[in-house]
Amino acid sequence: MNRFAELLDRLSFEPSRNNKLRLMTDYFRSTPDPERGYALAALTGALGFQHAKPGLIRALISERVDPTLFYMSYDYVGDLSETVALLWPEPAATAAGAGHNRPPLALSEVVTTLATSGKLDLPRILARWLDALDEIGRWALLKLITGSLRVGVSARLAKTAVGDIGGKQPNEIEEVWHGLSPPYIDLFAWVEGREARPEATDPAPFRPPMLAHPIEEADLAVLNPEDFSAEWKWDGIRMQVVAGHDATGKRVLRMFSRTGEENTHAFPDLAEALAHLPAQDFAIDGELLILREGRVQPFSILQQRLNRKAVSAKHMADFPAHVRAYDLLSLNGEDFRPFAFCDRRKRLEAFVAECNEPRLDLSPIVPFKSWEDLAAARADPASAGAEADAAAVEGIMLKRVDSIYVPGRPKGPWYKWKRDPFNVDAVMMYAQRGHGKRSSFYSDYTFGCWREGENGEELVPIGKAYSGITDEELAQLDRYVRNHTINRFGPVREVEYSRDKGLVLEIAFEGINWSSRHKSGVALRFPRINRIRWDKPAKDADRIEVLEGLLRQRESA
Amino acid sequence: MRASDLLKTTPAGLYCAAGDFHIDPLRPVKRALITHGHSDHARAGHESVLATRETLAIMGVRCGPDFAGATQAAAYGERIGIDGLTVSFHPAGHVLGSAQICVEAKGLRVVISGDYKRARDPTCAPFELVPCDVFISEATFGLPVFRHPDAAHEIARLIDSCRLFPERAHLVGAYSLGKAQRIMALLREAGWQRPIYIHGTMEKLTRFYEREGIDLGEVIRVTGPERPKLGGEVVICPPSALQELWSRRFPEPVPAFASGWMRVRARARQRGVELPLVISDHADWDELCETILATGCSELWVTHGEEDALVHWASGQGLAARPLHLIGYGEEEVEACEPAIPSDEADPALI
Repeated sequence: MNRFAELLDRLSFEPSRNNKLRLMTDYFRSTPDPERGYALAALTGALGFQHAKPGLIRALISERVDPTLFYMSYDYVGDLSETVALLWPEPAATAAGAGHNRPPLALSEVVTTLATSGKLDLPRILARWLDALDEIGRWALLKLITGSLRVGVSARLAKTAVGDIGGKQPNEIEEVWHGLSPPYIDLFAWVEGREARPEATDPAPFRPPMLAHPIEEADLAVLNPEDFSAEWKWDGIRMQVVAGHDATGKRVLRMFSRTGEENTHAFPDLAEALAHLPAQDFAIDGELLILREGRVQPFSILQQRLNRKAVSAKHMADFPAHVRAYDLLSLNGEDFRPFAFCDRRKRLEAFVAECNEPRLDLSPIVPFKSWEDLAAARADPASAGAEADAAAVEGIMLKRVDSIYVPGRPKGPWYKWKRDPFNVDAVMMYAQRGHGKRSSFYSDYTFGCWREGENGEELVPIGKAYSGITDEELAQLDRYVRNHTINRFGPVREVEYSRDKGLVLEIAFEGINWSSRHKSGVALRFPRINRIRWDKPAKDADRIEVLEGLLRQRESA
Repeated sequence: MRASDLLKTTPAGLYCAAGDFHIDPLRPVKRALITHGHSDHARAGHESVLATRETLAIMGVRCGPDFAGATQAAAYGERIGIDGLTVSFHPAGHVLGSAQICVEAKGLRVVISGDYKRARDPTCAPFELVPCDVFISEATFGLPVFRHPDAAHEIARLIDSCRLFPERAHLVGAYSLGKAQRIMALLREAGWQRPIYIHGTMEKLTRFYEREGIDLGEVIRVTGPERPKLGGEVVICPPSALQELWSRRFPEPVPAFASGWMRVRARARQRGVELPLVISDHADWDELCETILATGCSELWVTHGEEDALVHWASGQGLAARPLHLIGYGEEEVEACEPAIPSDEADPALI
């Protein structure tokens, strides 16, 4: 438990992805089975026990600490698990003599005990464990049992770290992952080259998806339009739907995100409908969308469905989930991935037609003869067949008709050609220091547009961006921030901005939505810095009405 | 005599009318008794200063030889008469030369702790328990969430990180007086044999510690051109330097900070610290409680820090406890009379 706690502690403070990877790989290399396997399960969210409630933890501490001191401490620290971890009284030194004969608490003991013990035993067991651990150990244990690790590690990143032990790609881990279970002895044995690859016995395994490279218009000149098929690029969520039957003949249906995280539980309505499709087993690659009266809803609507922990019947009825299929990876025991795209497409069309399921449809092919045709479709999807769904189109997907389905992002077979981003000129208002290589640089900028305020023209923040600039530009902006600071709030600096003074940043973004959470009433998607407008006076930056107009224009389309 | 007749709080700090002296005064006074050399306790400009030899020397290093009109050195345990009172200085274990001050008047014994700790520190004399009637304690870490781990364990984490990230410079923010040198000494005890690099503002005090016979091994002041080559090395700097341009030319720095505040995660995150090291020169909650009881005092005054919780606890122990609400202490980081940062270290954008 101690080593796992130290790992979580370091991860929680480490902002860089690569350094997180190294911390995990180092841990997996140097920690024996089964401890590392349970740690992997904790990091990937694969531990199945019932999580403890905050009330239980409060009750335990109130038996041990003066309530006034607890209240003052909680008020100061601000996080229940952390407060309790810090406050927990160490068992008296004299009594500890007996405890010293015991081996230190192991993560495996925690996991196996929690899986088998009843709810009534939990307070007593938990108290005994907290007595046996140090502060970091207690913190990690409380985070683990309440189910909120929050150390900034995705399941994918943890699997990547395991792969790094033996030079395996994360996709190779994904291929076998869903047939495995904690503590993953067979996985580590394979990665370390001691045993053969574990057999995938999962009836509904995840298949690492194929991804596309962005294309520039200049690239098109050397490509032949006849080699490619085009589809709309939908502004939803990539989703893989896999179905099969387990050993007892029971139907298993799973839905996976692009990174292989299972999210079936979030879409019971969709899962229910798709479980009845007429096939022994299948794997569909498609886009998760919200459809109302046959119209694809913009991403902001989809987000409202995603942001729920528990889904109510009303919520499901208000936000009906739907899969728009663009590939068929397997059907009835046959793996289609080695087939050419055009062959898979024929099979997909036949399969979707046979299913006749309202929640499943085909992503249509966009017909074109020349790149000019396609550029026109991309510029105006509504007139090129997307019609009412045009607002949910974020570009064009290009797939070579002869391309087989390869996991990862191979160069050449698939391209994405996004619609041109929107631009807005905004004024820098705040800057925040970055992390890792950018630590000590003011690299995250909040910017605003003009609007009519109570005391005349004022800037209202519309977003935050930290990418799009070169290292040289970063240094220039950092110098600008340091020379124009008017206020400091911890790591944040407020810079000078007024009608006469201020720095204009040209911000590019992919989309825009109404937002009740933002003061400006709008939220930008993927904002980044396109150009630094050293030349442009602050008063000539855009007004908020420009963005509002853009939104209305899209709504009326 | 009651303690409240002997000592009063004034805008300049704690004042003893019977002896006409202030303890750790915040503004220039006629006669100052000073517990230790941190800038929030030891300020320049007093007519006369009574302190330990080391504290006087530290004030000289920090503020120049003319920091006071007259000075008098007090040896630990020496009984010094002032206008019918007896004062004595006793080790506080906080930094080199730090002292508790004991004031005795007509059978009443009051001990002013100054800042203190009970944990071992290879760079200064250990805390000495002085039995008393009234104990005037600090409470910097006066909440039960503050329990400092063994400093050796934290140093081991630092060394471990240097091993895991040998290409990254490990910048350890630490107060220039006491903490920085304690870390160097602890690194040596843990077997760290590489040179230890320091920020220019730490050099004078570090060399002073060395002259006082404290072995810190090879300590090198960082120069500009060297910075990019210090991957895997330990560089100790004032906490504020972690956020300045100074830190930039080091290879992908790991910002570390050695302080009792690092016990609380949010405090570490607010400062952008990636490797928090819980190493403190102050008593933690358990040490505060244990010390207060061990002095046998019947009355507790709390000078600065998280007074409320400690007063609440002491009242529950049957002590007459009250907070003094002294302000102006606990800001060791503000190095008031420190010379300006040498120009090659300065942030050009800030000048």
